[in-house]
Amino acid sequence: MCRLAMKTANEPFSPYEVLQAMEAMQEGYDGSGLGLLLRGVEFTDFNYKSSHPILSGIAHTRDAMHRLNKFMQSKGFVLKYDHEFDLDTSNIEAKDRFKYFVQVYKKPEAWDSMSKEEVEDQLTMIRLAIRRDGEENGGDLTVYSFWPDVIMIKEVGWPLQVGDALGLDSGRIKARICMAQGRQNTNYGINLYACHPFFIQGISTMTNGENTAFIPIKDWLTGRHYPAYIGYQSDSEVFTHILHYVTRQLKLPLEAYKHVITPLKTEELKEHPQGDFLLGLRNACRRLIIDGPNCIMGSLPDETCILTMDAKKLRPATIGGKPGEWAMASEMCGVDAMIPDRDRSLDFQPMREHTVVVPPERQEFKIWSQFDPFPLPQAA
Amino acid sequence: MVSIRSISSTPSSLSINDMPWIVEHNESRCTLCGQCTSVCPMGAIKLKYMRKRMPKMVLNASERSNTFKIFVGIRQRTNVEHRCIGCGMCASVCPNQAIKPVFNPIIDRMRYQSTKGGNAVKRGGRRNVPGPNLLDRILFDRISMLTDPALDAGRHEFELNTLLGRVLPPEEFLRRKMSGEWIPPVREIFPFIIGSMSFGALSPNMWLGLLQGVAYCNEVLGIPVVMATGEGGCPPWVLKSKFLKYIILQIASGYFGWDEIIRAIPEMKCDPAAIEIKYGQGAKPGDGGLLMWFKVSKLIARLRGVPEGVDLPSPPVHQTLYSIEESVMKMIQTLSMAWNFKVPVYPKISGSTSAKAVLNNLVRNPYAAGLLIDGVDGGTGAAYNVSMDAMGHPIASNLRECYLDLCAQGRQNEIPLFAAGGVGKNGNVTQNGMALIMLGASGVHMGKYIMQAAAGCLGSENNRCNVCNIGICPKGITSQNPKLYRRLDPDKVAERVVETFKAIKTEMKKIMAPLGRSQSLPIGMSDALGIEDKAVAERLQIKYVC
Repeated sequence: MCRLAMKTANEPFSPYEVLQAMEAMQEGYDGSGLGLLLRGVEFTDFNYKSSHPILSGIAHTRDAMHRLNKFMQSKGFVLKYDHEFDLDTSNIEAKDRFKYFVQVYKKPEAWDSMSKEEVEDQLTMIRLAIRRDGEENGGDLTVYSFWPDVIMIKEVGWPLQVGDALGLDSGRIKARICMAQGRQNTNYGINLYACHPFFIQGISTMTNGENTAFIPIKDWLTGRHYPAYIGYQSDSEVFTHILHYVTRQLKLPLEAYKHVITPLKTEELKEHPQGDFLLGLRNACRRLIIDGPNCIMGSLPDETCILTMDAKKLRPATIGGKPGEWAMASEMCGVDAMIPDRDRSLDFQPMREHTVVVPPERQEFKIWSQFDPFPLPQAA
Repeated sequence: MVSIRSISSTPSSLSINDMPWIVEHNESRCTLCGQCTSVCPMGAIKLKYMRKRMPKMVLNASERSNTFKIFVGIRQRTNVEHRCIGCGMCASVCPNQAIKPVFNPIIDRMRYQSTKGGNAVKRGGRRNVPGPNLLDRILFDRISMLTDPALDAGRHEFELNTLLGRVLPPEEFLRRKMSGEWIPPVREIFPFIIGSMSFGALSPNMWLGLLQGVAYCNEVLGIPVVMATGEGGCPPWVLKSKFLKYIILQIASGYFGWDEIIRAIPEMKCDPAAIEIKYGQGAKPGDGGLLMWFKVSKLIARLRGVPEGVDLPSPPVHQTLYSIEESVMKMIQTLSMAWNFKVPVYPKISGSTSAKAVLNNLVRNPYAAGLLIDGVDGGTGAAYNVSMDAMGHPIASNLRECYLDLCAQGRQNEIPLFAAGGVGKNGNVTQNGMALIMLGASGVHMGKYIMQAAAGCLGSENNRCNVCNIGICPKGITSQNPKLYRRLDPDKVAERVVETFKAIKTEMKKIMAPLGRSQSLPIGMSDALGIEDKAVAERLQIKYVC
């Protein structure tokens, strides 16, 4: 079972804090992977404008890096900043890491006339093209995200070792949100793309536990023929894609996510004020019902953070903190490590019907239950 | 000594060794009570006076050396009409265990003589292929042990139900819901369905017992079991009762029983579970239904609107329509309209290499509520031997192909596929059904299994009994003769139906729990399946395990 830690704060902080929380939960992972997602980023060496997309990934060879740069130039991107990590590769097992790239780009001028959706689609297509290029060249290029205000780092190894190797303790990169996952490899091979968090169009989630309904869900998502519904090196990637499908494709409110992945039972829906609508939604999205046990943590482009559980509720995920600063972790000791000076009596462990939402202003977290009225006026 | 010429020997002469079943009778235990001969549905055995010579050693030349003794014994008849069918009713009524039929393992010669009068052989029942079928050989091999602990089948809550009805793509559902348009009806049902067996094929007591059992499952146990009628309608009191909601009404090419159904619509208290349009049957593809005259009793004749005692062969296709595409489209729409678009309407076809063509046609028909594919191992009340033995397509690969085809189109959530044909034929009903579900079926229909489990049908894959067609069912399951069907107590059938579904429910949990599945029926969870046969694994796109 993997371990999850996530912190969101109004004041940007070093991701190393979250890695230290991972250390507190170290019984739960085996060093088969660490994934980090940073949102709301700051660089000490560069005055970052949050509208510029950041490309994150690994070039495994000099040739791959060269190809990538040429590709980005050919698409009309202007490189504004290329972050150089203070590398200490002795702590990294893999030897084929030519460069961990975190590159800030200015969008091509031709994109200025595009709508927001078009720009977002284009950014996704660029990321997919780079990924494909890497796959066609023996996997020499790995790309995690290409999105404004988002950095992703994934590497095989123990979280703290990876953090030290990349010099994350130097505080040169800070962020308002940091999601981290220490992976316990289960069914699928050790693969950089299998590390959480997963990312698609600004939406990111990470999970622990295993989703035994993976294959039917994957088959269904693949059948959408949406270009970015690919990958699935991990059974947990479907959680991210379902969140994307529900909020971006179906344009449903965030609360619908929980009703899709863990719908209420028929007898419960009969009592629900929007039971008729939710029953229909459950039927229509039947293939997206997950089968945990899982704890799901996610963050959205507007810096909203969510925490929710599968319907079996076998996991002890906890949220705690104080106004302006909240931490979520798969185990309570992770929350303790991230925000020790909090009122622990206000900690909350969501049950099977809950979605915990930390809104962007971070003054409080909201507990939303599936039994509450569903916020969709037309559905009533 | 008897002269050779007086022995009757014609081309059709048979001895008991030529018969498929040989009656073994132990004279020393027989009390001559006559129960076996009176219960035998075929009249295959008879009590007969027989004479035997008693040789005697005598020294006096004036006396004869032999005496003759007259005794009463059991004799097996050796003509086709009176063949022993192995049903074993004689053994079950004998107070002294003095008689039983024994399967003749050599290829019987009787089969070459069964075409008397130029009539090709017909039978009811099953395909007669003994041994494990493909579904029996599938293993559920993805056991949860690490991060996804196996669940406790006894204590955990499981979602076992499935959906019958057209499910809209989520985008379309939302659009229609917001604009208040029609949303196709969807039923939440138990995935093991009592397959279509007609009122006519089944005796009134069997039918009543099934319905009682189904009602109990729904109303007392909360297991939403539904049962399908075959062609031939439904008793009027059922049509007007609240039990109609547990019934899938079938319309087939003879339209038998539909006068009564249509007339009853205004008085119906609830809608039926669904309407099944039969285009084909796995056991006899390309054939219409067949109710032989033996079974067209007064009641059946009235329900079907026909004279008593005539053969009722339904045409192989729906004659009123020009093509299957048109037929499917028009009939689905017409029947949907009859119930105000509130009842799912789906076709049943026989397994066939052309099943995918039908499916793709349905995908484009917004009113089609599903597709039932009936494989070659399905049963029937009456069919020609050649149809049952040689025609058809096994269900597993047919279903799998259709499911994968839907996956490629991203429509696998929309048209539920139901599978039938040999589910539980060797008793492994839950294992067979769950294997089909994980191959992509939304549920399975079972007929023979229910007849065996709920009513003690005697049929077996060795052509035991299998006389459902001629109305002499010794258990009273498929007979319209009151003397026979009164043997079957509907209450006891109902009790067995309930016990059967309770057991299936438990077994489903015992399969799903180790797979770590409890939140939804594992439709299409092919990663959980393995088989020790490379070719099958490749064909079904599941794992080869050894």
